[in-house]
Amino acid sequence: MAWKKTVAAAVTAVACLAGGTAAWAQQAGTQFIGITGYRVGPYGANGAAFFGGFIDYLQLINLRDGGVNGVKLSWEECETEYNNAKGVECYERLKTKSATGPTAIHPMSTGITYAIIDKAPTDKIPLITFGYGRTDATDGRVFPWVFPIMSNYWDGATGIIKFIGSKEGGDANLKGKKIVLLYHDSAYGKEPHAVLEAEATKLGFELKMIPVPHPGNEQQSQWLQIRQYKPDWVINWGWGVMSATALQTAQKVGFPREKIVGNWWAGTEVDTEAAGPAATGYYAASLNLGGKGFPVVQDIEQIVYGKGKVGSNPKLIGTVLWNRGVAAAMMTVEAVRKAQEKYGKKPVTGEQVRWGLENLNIDAGRLKAMGFNTMLPPIKVSCQDHGGSGQVRFQQWTGSEWKSASDWMKGDSALVRKMIEESAAKYAAEKGIKPECMGS
Amino acid sequence: MLYREAGQFKTSYAADQQLFPILQDRIGVISLLAVAAVGVPLIASDYWLTAILIPFLVFALAALGLNILTGYAGQLSLGTAAFMAVGAFATYNFHLRVPGLPILVSFALGGVSAAAVGVLFGLPSLRIKGFYLAVATLAAQFFIPWLLVKVSWFSNNSSSGVITAQPVEILGFVFDSPVRKYLLVLVVVSVMALAAKNLVRSSVGRAWMAVRDMDVAAEVIGIRIMRTKLVAFAVSSFYCGVAGALYAYAYLGSVEPDGFNLDLSFRILFMIIIGGVGSIMGSFLGAAFITLLPIFLDIVLTDGALWLGLNLPSGMTSMAQLVVFGALIIFFLIVEPLGLARLWQIGKEKLRLWPFPH
Repeated sequence: MAWKKTVAAAVTAVACLAGGTAAWAQQAGTQFIGITGYRVGPYGANGAAFFGGFIDYLQLINLRDGGVNGVKLSWEECETEYNNAKGVECYERLKTKSATGPTAIHPMSTGITYAIIDKAPTDKIPLITFGYGRTDATDGRVFPWVFPIMSNYWDGATGIIKFIGSKEGGDANLKGKKIVLLYHDSAYGKEPHAVLEAEATKLGFELKMIPVPHPGNEQQSQWLQIRQYKPDWVINWGWGVMSATALQTAQKVGFPREKIVGNWWAGTEVDTEAAGPAATGYYAASLNLGGKGFPVVQDIEQIVYGKGKVGSNPKLIGTVLWNRGVAAAMMTVEAVRKAQEKYGKKPVTGEQVRWGLENLNIDAGRLKAMGFNTMLPPIKVSCQDHGGSGQVRFQQWTGSEWKSASDWMKGDSALVRKMIEESAAKYAAEKGIKPECMGS
Repeated sequence: MLYREAGQFKTSYAADQQLFPILQDRIGVISLLAVAAVGVPLIASDYWLTAILIPFLVFALAALGLNILTGYAGQLSLGTAAFMAVGAFATYNFHLRVPGLPILVSFALGGVSAAAVGVLFGLPSLRIKGFYLAVATLAAQFFIPWLLVKVSWFSNNSSSGVITAQPVEILGFVFDSPVRKYLLVLVVVSVMALAAKNLVRSSVGRAWMAVRDMDVAAEVIGIRIMRTKLVAFAVSSFYCGVAGALYAYAYLGSVEPDGFNLDLSFRILFMIIIGGVGSIMGSFLGAAFITLLPIFLDIVLTDGALWLGLNLPSGMTSMAQLVVFGALIIFFLIVEPLGLARLWQIGKEKLRLWPFPH
């Protein structure tokens, strides 16, 4: 009678599912934050650090300040496994969990960002894409609901060229130099091609682009090619296991690690610790500094981990990605705070948070007051510029930790802005959007 | 007692040849469609429509496509997701580059493009069989997403190779809300499923089954092997292509080539293995099992943990969900190796005897 049991099980399953989704309501009076996270799957290690930091900061705001102006934060994390379909399911689930919506979503995956980018305007939920996602969304007139806060990939690519220029003693010295772009052969890896080609023509360096097929744990032939080409610099546009393999293979073929610059997804402890001593000297761009030397990190250590004992994982404190999660949570919280200034000290809706994000202005004084100090550059978002900073900073791996190797710097922002506007205008034409600022 | 065809006499060829010869089946299918088309939009929330029902129907269509090829014609394929990608990207390009083309025609052209690619990658099936053919179709799985990323023309020179679906409009009616998208998907999937049901009992379908069961014998009785296999690849890829187009236009809205990876192909293969190889019904049951069960487990485990007052980290419930899901798959395969469709069939046979089983 196996089939009878099966039918019975199926009926119970459907009944529970129907009941389960309906019977769920968030605590009234709190600011509910929906989190689409991932802690399992191929990028689980990256997600655990980022979302660990994210939630630790929310805990800190509740424990230390009693919420934002007295409005407590509540949250729920839904596991996406870095899978687009699951991300959409999580987004739909979190969207109905509270009367004020999920505040703002950090998809933490370019694929999931693309999958929900068209839903956000209808649902009135802002998306914050911190250093990934659609580059042209920086133009807030076409993408009012998407905020690639800080820097996008094109800022990153031109920033890396600027950094290489500064190491060579000025952009003028780049003329005739040879630079290799070693990239993850995917949509992510193709992102900097156009802007780097434009830079190569403009500054007169020679650019060679070498793809590494996913996942990138075999790079003998690529590095052989690099050795024959004898470039002055290599840009590592890697993700996951690819970066560690690149560094180890570079050591094998004898290419100096001090001449390799990674982008910010290739510049975390996950990448360098796996490469062991081969990583020493490697440079990488960063959106935020790592380390524990910031008052906010020490507060979290003492209050969230010490007194509250609700921290996620003490081993992750101060890593680059954990700090990035803290910074991302800070942006959500600050957007809520900004929205409260205008709409009153109560839980705010997605529309109000959107206004808060568009008028976000975190200057150096505010960063210091919150205990972030130099971890982040000042951020000033506007309708024209949903990025708000465009700056990157470079770090060098000493063998045990990331050490700052430059000040905050901006790439070729005029070139990037021109390309963003062109690309956004094309999207607007395709979708029939009339570009304009939304206001409040 | 209730489910018995005794007394239903067929007096014409038309009556004898209809799609559902048993009256109760007919009533069942019609009422199911009526509930899906009228009842569900009235009661289902946006979450149910966009996160559960639309993906279920889209994956059911893709599973149906694979089932035609693997279940009926016996050609194992691991390229399903690639054919879906062809369908999605072809639809996008037809709709973008041919102004004024109706969207349903774009869907059909997307399916036809997928069929053409399917035939191309089906050519090795004339020489190789079984697992070796699976490896050959694996080539499609790696080649097509790579090509779509490599040649930026396919994504209209998007810097990241991602395409965004244009608004779906039929005769001035815009399909923008979840309910409308659901109805669009429901109509396309039901029409194509009924067409498939009809196709597999036609001469083409019988030829597929003959080739599946023993190709030498099929050749001896006069079935043209090459034509039969290639038609199976074409029809199957057509179904997958339309499923891919719906995946892009009605479900996600924007898709990237990397989304159509081997993982998705395997998921669809598991759907037909669990649902039932060589069964239209099985494609739907399998799609329901594979897409809905993880969501159900996730909600039950998360809410259950909360209810019990346990503060589990989100990663923990996901791991637990994977463990339970894997165990359930093994359980079902042991209890019924022929799939959920076979359970359904056994159920029907028992119903016929009920309440007097001998």
